[in-house]
Amino acid sequence: MTATVEKQRTPGFKDRWASMPKQFRWAALAALVVFLYILPNRWFYEYLGFPIGSEYFALYTTRSDFAAVLFDTAVFVLLAVGLNVVVGFTGLLDLGYFGFYAVGAYTVALLTSPESRLGTNWPWLAAVPVAIAVTMISGVILGGPTLRLRGDYLAIVTLGFAEMIRLYAARNEGVLQGQRGIPEVAHPPGTGSDGKPLFGVVDSKPYYWLILTLIIVVIFLMRNLVNSRVGRAWVAIREDEDAAEIMGVPTFKYKLWAFAIGAAVGGLTGAVFAGKQTFINSDSFVLESSILVLAAVILGGAGNIKGAIVGGAITWYLPEWLRGVGDLIGVEFDAAEYRILIFGLVVIVMMIFRPQGIVPNRRRAAEFADRRKEAVPQETVPNE
Amino acid sequence: MNFDELVGNFPALTITGLEQGAIYALVALGYTLVYGVLRLINFAHSEVFMVGTFTALWTWEALGYNQNSPSPAFGPLLLALLAGLAVAAIASAATAVTVELVAYRPLRRRNAPPLAFLITAIGASFVLAESFGIGTARAPFGMPTLIKSETVFTVFGAGVTNVQLLILGVTLVMMVGLDQFVNRSRLGRGIRAVAQDADTAALMGVNKNRVILLVFVLGGIMAGVAALLWNVRYGYTKFNIGFLIGLKAFAAAVLGGIGNLRGALLGGLLLGVAENYAAGLFGGDWKDFTGFVLLVVLLMFRPTGLLGESLGRARA
Repeated sequence: MTATVEKQRTPGFKDRWASMPKQFRWAALAALVVFLYILPNRWFYEYLGFPIGSEYFALYTTRSDFAAVLFDTAVFVLLAVGLNVVVGFTGLLDLGYFGFYAVGAYTVALLTSPESRLGTNWPWLAAVPVAIAVTMISGVILGGPTLRLRGDYLAIVTLGFAEMIRLYAARNEGVLQGQRGIPEVAHPPGTGSDGKPLFGVVDSKPYYWLILTLIIVVIFLMRNLVNSRVGRAWVAIREDEDAAEIMGVPTFKYKLWAFAIGAAVGGLTGAVFAGKQTFINSDSFVLESSILVLAAVILGGAGNIKGAIVGGAITWYLPEWLRGVGDLIGVEFDAAEYRILIFGLVVIVMMIFRPQGIVPNRRRAAEFADRRKEAVPQETVPNE
Repeated sequence: MNFDELVGNFPALTITGLEQGAIYALVALGYTLVYGVLRLINFAHSEVFMVGTFTALWTWEALGYNQNSPSPAFGPLLLALLAGLAVAAIASAATAVTVELVAYRPLRRRNAPPLAFLITAIGASFVLAESFGIGTARAPFGMPTLIKSETVFTVFGAGVTNVQLLILGVTLVMMVGLDQFVNRSRLGRGIRAVAQDADTAALMGVNKNRVILLVFVLGGIMAGVAALLWNVRYGYTKFNIGFLIGLKAFAAAVLGGIGNLRGALLGGLLLGVAENYAAGLFGGDWKDFTGFVLLVVLLMFRPTGLLGESLGRARA
């Protein structure tokens, strides 16, 4: 019956961090951001004195292009931050989040590609707001009829929706061009100092910086939103929807908002992805990715933006990095092959032993602890 | 839109639909049983079916059949089918029970919120599918042709094959057997009691955890039978076949009214038929798409299904 003994909270990293002077915290945060920006640069490692080459060195992923890995990781982080609004704050299990990502990517592809049957041929920058608007609207269209459902039914409907989008994209030979997909999606604009376009095909670094900037902007907006009336309504819905409704929270409206905002972030991510990829077809949007994003949110700690960031980084960056470490010790460890298996296991173990995630939201952790305490008397039933 | 195709092949599409629907119905029973007792969508049930297809195939391989071997005579055929059936049913049931013990029971003990169950279910589903995927190099596997498909008689110009008769016959037998078991046996009474009110049932001396295990075993056996029929009819398996069939079976369970055994049969057959009509109307490419549309529309507009949720009610 160890569950009944509450451990005395020892002052952890969080408390120490909170007791630091404000200036120090800002400086540390700024240093972290600067560090993230210079992370993909080779000269940074040379400057630090790491050997460059096929040899292993800290943080670098030796098996794949580091900037590309960082970009993919950032995509996952942004998706996790977006999904966190729906799953973490509002407590709606959305298994089809990748559907919105696909809608965003396809919108940009259709509007910008010269090969597209729409024939609009817009620049990337003009297509992005449209992509966000379209995904937001599709979020509302999906949410309108489905958000009356609760819990697991909602999860299955969103899953069905995402698969519908994928199958439709694969089968539609008209505008979406089926399996052949849409090539020649426009890149983001900008010219480098050497006169070449800033966003090319080979170098992933500019895309990483772009999406990093977007993450910072989204997090800033999200923090304000979460601490506002909307955010409080979301948490109230998560904790007890009926009670929230009785207290006068228009739950349906706020659930719809959560869906729309989550979808918008997904659409934005899809737009950036399409801008980098130059080619998309339905194979880019398989269900496994939806599940990986969900795993990222759960792993990091649902209901906490920091948690979503940590979770997103772990799900993509860690397996790639481990491949490099495996080379160092002479083990062929293809973590990408085992990624879904491992995260499936991790999700089960996390849900059983630490449902609040690595970086928990304090209120949500308390909720889990409460429920666990309520369960204790049942454990004394002899036939359990 | 191709109405000629639909009208012209109406009887044939109906028969194919019933046959596919029978397999959906058997898988749907697993979802319905678990949902009826635990109010939980056992997302990993699709993998329980997948395990059944592989173990049945391995059994046949162990008996010396391969893709090139000729269809055996009646005696050895019956032996191969029964052996495959037994192994698939046992393996599927064991998988279902393992999922319950590893993924769900610890959560129940901790009184986790309902969404936590669904998340571990998804995790379990991916662990099972991926371990088979890695173990089998993600390749599709062909089956020995045990029963050669032959037309036995024709209805309105559409041939009915011996395989189709076998599938429909076995499904009906399993269905009636399960229905009688739940409605008449002592253990079945326990299932209905827990489905109605778990706490009261526990006070009346029903061992709740044993009933839950029993439900997973029954669902697993049904999935194992479905897996064997799938092998006989479609002759291939792959680590990820469970996903699509699982979702469709779930749709079938919802269509008939989740938690309702007879609803699962009705829903499965209806879904199979509807899917094939849609395939006739829009072309085969759109068959799966129709399944998803049906699932989404159903959950949105009639989540209680045609017959309503009722494992706990008298008519079960």
